[in-house]
Amino acid sequence: MNHRILNILDPAAGNGCKTQRRVIVCAGTGCVANGAYQVITAFKEQIAAAGISMTTEFKAEESSHDLRLNKSGCQGFCQMGPLVTILPDQILYNKVTVADVDDIVRQTLVGGKVVDRLLYVDPTTRKPCQGIQDIPFYQRQQRFVLKECGVIDPESILEYLHHGGYAAAKKAILQMTQVEIVQEITRSGLRGRGGGGFPTGRKWEAARTQKSAKKYVICNADEGDPGAFMNRSVMEGNPHSVLEGLMIAARAIGADETLIYVRTEYPLAVARMKRAVEKAQQLGFLGDNIFGSGQALHCEVMEGAGAFVCGEETAMIASIEGQRGMPRPKPPFPAQSGLWGKPTIINNVETLAHVVRVINEGADKFKQLGSAASPGTKTFALTGHVANTGLIEVPFGTTLREVVMQIGGGITDRRGKVKANGFKAVQIGGPSGGCLTQEHLDLPLDYDSLRSVGAMVGSGGLVAMNEKTCMVSIARFFMDFTQRESCGKCVLCREGTRQLLAMLDDIIEGHATGETIALMEKLALAVQKGSLCGLGKTAPNPVLSTLRYFRAEYDAHVFHKHCPTGQCKALARPSIDPAKCKGCMACGKKCPVGAISGERKQPHVIDQGKCIVCGVCADTCKLDAVTGV
Amino acid sequence: MNTTVTAKTLNIDGVEVPINGERNLLELIRQADIDLPTFCYHSDLSVYGACRLCLVDIAGRGIQGACSTPPEPGLKVRTQTEEIREIRKISVELLLANHERECTTCGKSATCQLQAVARKLGIQKVRFQPVHQPRPVDRSSLSLVRDPNKCVLCGDCVRFCSEIQGIGAIDFAYRGHDAAVLPAFGRDLGEGECINCGQCAAVCPTGALTPRQEIDEVWKALGDPTKMVVVQVAPAVRVAIGEQFGLPPGESTRGQMVAALKRLGFDRVYDTAFSADLTVVEEANEFLTRKTKGGKLPLFTSCCPGWVKFAEQYFPELLPNLSSCKSPQQMLGALVKELLPAELNLDKKNLVMVSIMPCTAKKFEAKRPEFAQDGMAEVDHVLTTQELARMIEEAGLRFTKLQPESFDMPMGFKTGAGVIFGNSGGVSEAVLRYAAEKVTGKKLANPDFHAVRGADGLRIVEVPVGDITLKLGVVHGLKNARTLAEKARRGKCDLDLIEVMACPGGCIGGAGQPVSRDPDIRKLRTKGLYEVDKNMELHKSQENHFVTECYQRHLGEIGGKNAHRLLHTHYRNRRRMAGETITLGDGPESEKVKVNVCAGTNCFIKGSQGILHELLDQVETEKLQDKVSLNASFCFEQCEHGPTVSVDGKKMQRCTAHAAKAEILEKLKERKL
Repeated sequence: MNHRILNILDPAAGNGCKTQRRVIVCAGTGCVANGAYQVITAFKEQIAAAGISMTTEFKAEESSHDLRLNKSGCQGFCQMGPLVTILPDQILYNKVTVADVDDIVRQTLVGGKVVDRLLYVDPTTRKPCQGIQDIPFYQRQQRFVLKECGVIDPESILEYLHHGGYAAAKKAILQMTQVEIVQEITRSGLRGRGGGGFPTGRKWEAARTQKSAKKYVICNADEGDPGAFMNRSVMEGNPHSVLEGLMIAARAIGADETLIYVRTEYPLAVARMKRAVEKAQQLGFLGDNIFGSGQALHCEVMEGAGAFVCGEETAMIASIEGQRGMPRPKPPFPAQSGLWGKPTIINNVETLAHVVRVINEGADKFKQLGSAASPGTKTFALTGHVANTGLIEVPFGTTLREVVMQIGGGITDRRGKVKANGFKAVQIGGPSGGCLTQEHLDLPLDYDSLRSVGAMVGSGGLVAMNEKTCMVSIARFFMDFTQRESCGKCVLCREGTRQLLAMLDDIIEGHATGETIALMEKLALAVQKGSLCGLGKTAPNPVLSTLRYFRAEYDAHVFHKHCPTGQCKALARPSIDPAKCKGCMACGKKCPVGAISGERKQPHVIDQGKCIVCGVCADTCKLDAVTGV
Repeated sequence: MNTTVTAKTLNIDGVEVPINGERNLLELIRQADIDLPTFCYHSDLSVYGACRLCLVDIAGRGIQGACSTPPEPGLKVRTQTEEIREIRKISVELLLANHERECTTCGKSATCQLQAVARKLGIQKVRFQPVHQPRPVDRSSLSLVRDPNKCVLCGDCVRFCSEIQGIGAIDFAYRGHDAAVLPAFGRDLGEGECINCGQCAAVCPTGALTPRQEIDEVWKALGDPTKMVVVQVAPAVRVAIGEQFGLPPGESTRGQMVAALKRLGFDRVYDTAFSADLTVVEEANEFLTRKTKGGKLPLFTSCCPGWVKFAEQYFPELLPNLSSCKSPQQMLGALVKELLPAELNLDKKNLVMVSIMPCTAKKFEAKRPEFAQDGMAEVDHVLTTQELARMIEEAGLRFTKLQPESFDMPMGFKTGAGVIFGNSGGVSEAVLRYAAEKVTGKKLANPDFHAVRGADGLRIVEVPVGDITLKLGVVHGLKNARTLAEKARRGKCDLDLIEVMACPGGCIGGAGQPVSRDPDIRKLRTKGLYEVDKNMELHKSQENHFVTECYQRHLGEIGGKNAHRLLHTHYRNRRRMAGETITLGDGPESEKVKVNVCAGTNCFIKGSQGILHELLDQVETEKLQDKVSLNASFCFEQCEHGPTVSVDGKKMQRCTAHAAKAEILEKLKERKL
């Protein structure tokens, strides 16, 4: 291995690459979709035109350039993208377009002034925030896995090395025994971030103690939950951290081959992971003699074919082996007989990224954050009816209230405005998860407390919903997803989810009876108890948890043929609250079928016979006088 | 009740049950005489865990599948709880809600597992909405009918085809409620790699896969006074048909069976064991000639039509190693069609040959063009054991009460060697009984060669015969056959003779036999055939004087010209997939430049996929969609020179994208397009 590289790995060595200033353009999938690449090109042109000496490359040596322009992975605040960060000034510009680049170059880079109009404005205080240090969305987070995402160039291994990268891998491979590594991970209490929350140390120990000349480690990067993008962001923003964790895992169990199974719908993550592997090979971190230890370790990036079920361990193994992605019964567990019948461990992207930190900083430091049974931090993809959506990282034990109200900036109404009492529920853990309600707002988010209320951390999807959301429709949405993604192998999952969906359709369309609900509950429990794999066992969760917390809403649909939120068109009964209506006539003018009548300054009335339940009146009314649609 | 817990017991429903090496809890529970229902568990196949009927409640672990749980001492297992009963009922009701419930007209009625389980669980009402969407029934195969409307997706067929036969002619496709079991590319079963063994139908718990029936055609021939209908019965049928009438498996009911056939109206009842004797003489002779004169060895047997199609598809280079002898079914058919018209002064057109076989692949074999003379098939109709039983039932014959009758002579006469053809190892033993005497010139004191008998799927045995030692391979299950064939292909096989039977246990385990889930049934049927052999007077084919007479009067020399004309055949290299291409573009086809890129495995490995993508790009970027018809095609059988691309019929070997593009442009120029 190159001496220069080894020097970087030595924390005592100098830092190098000091440029005066950095311009970092977020190039996560969200920002790219909004034109981040064009913004980068514009920066290149205009910086050059302004005569500033610029580089786009990270170099280990002292740099003679005044400025470095680089793209980064996801910075988390996706809704405000494309994001541009200027360092060391700590300025964050949001929603930057090509047209804004000229201003940024002239005013900030040349003139040293902030372009106020591109700053984020806190919706509650109405104050502009200069950088992430001022933005509530970031203030409440504690970013470890995501720390380097959004700062370093994900395609530069040198920059990762400069931030202390591969020190943990080097330590694990050259200085620690297998037992020591597993013990450290076990002591840290790290639990799998992929959904189940199984203790990582225990999984590793099971594989370590297997006697086999061949073992495998697979990184599960087949993130498939609708609305979840945590793993994608880590791979796009800091791919080397995933690879480093994978190397440590391989060392811990004695594997010489690793695989990263990324879903094919993540082209950028695939490209960046592949590049990371390539770079690590070039520097001798992967190959036949890693870190000069005499040990071999290889890594391959494999693209999944797009089935949700392949996130399940045994289905993923089948898929890697070239078989149809279907789960098989356990035991044997993969740690005993996994890929090609050899002991195999499968760890989630985020788990592996945490591993690096545990080895670097020690188990004790890791345990300082989070709760006793769920130590450390967790990333969540926060979406739905909240003011701030995006990727967040908080310690376990943070309450739902903090996440939704503070980081998320509160619940928004149908017009996107923050509304004080608008909270209805949160769907956590994706299609396999459950919902949490008002009463759970102060529940600490961790594996065990969530499980106790019928939900789960899952991979970390967090969908906030306002009071206009019909919970039956939400249950149907997730059931539709799981029944389509069922691999079709076991009867209860394949046919059961289909029947659950049919029953939800009946409820939504007004054909259901009391028997429907009773049977639906029985069926959901049977599918939960009896299915073969995790997908089937968790598929009924949205139904069961909405039934548990929103029974009255189901009853309204079934017994009164009425959808209280008006979202189910067949059961919507729009009406105008005479106490609230001021008779402004706005709704009447917008109604496409002329179903609304009433004198000016008199409460208006909806003719149920004419109404087509389109909801335009409710959208139009500024006083929220229209209900039931 | 024994309640002391020892280290080697576990508790099932309050009873301590000893663990004796059972592979899983389900086996142990059944050992304890509790018959948990299952669809997807099959002792010959891998554990699948899909039907969720064998769920049990294990103390401390909750509800688990019994099929996938290893028995551990001390476990407390409950097989019947309120919760489990409800889940089982729900599972079956879910299947019924998505099932074409036309049970009375279903081919599997009365032997259907779904029907049986629904009855056992006391299901009187399906609480779920009917969601079944009718799908077309696939009748393309000569041997099998595939009815997706009856499929419960248990995967038994898929696993049998790939795990035992090593083929994979059918597999799962699609997800969620669209999931289905299909042949490759969604094509029909008759077009694909299926070798017609029918074991998929034998393991199918419902009517989704059933042997194709020819009963109606046979009734019609029997009812036609101008037709003379001759029937032959394979050895394995006589030890299985009784099962259909409540008799124990393995009991030979030859006499009743012949009586029934005569009562049904067959004019002559012959025994395929006769032509099996004939096969032994021809094949043993072929073998000894090859062995002594340095011909191609190992010699593979060729009486199993499933194996023959398999070899044609996957081992074309080994076809010269296959015995050129026809199967006993075809030998008898050829003889009957040759001899009877002259003897009885009968128009050949009015002679109908029917055979009763334990096998579904025989239906395919009888329709092979090689087995027709002057446009007339040697065997007109093939009925399975099941179909014969059905005809007997339909005719109202009380099978067990029939007075035994005898086969007609001369082609009803056989030796024990011809009879044991019906089980794995039988052909080898019959050939040995012939070869041993031929080589040594001495009479065998004891005709039994126990070395070649057995139930293992792959047996290698060495048998000393006089001064030489013959090395034999005996296999059943085509995955085992593939193992030996691969060796032979690489020149690494030092065996002299390899007997191949596609079905487990040989013909007695054929898919045309009565349906059974009893794993011991094959052993009992095999035992039955050896007993028949034992009780016979003659055991060696060369002792069959009607065979000798047949050579003297009709065939001439053994292996001679006339014998070859009637008793031997040839094989052909066979594409695995019928049909030409999969179309990738559209538009009028006639004037287009026709480009076919081979997507066979070999060409794929050599880069044909890349060529295809480049050509697709070319077609797209140069907007040639209406000028070029670009297709992915199946194997051109020119694998050694791949990748192969055909442009307007011109086969370009070792083709590159560049060369193909140039050729296409050339052709476009020629057409002034």
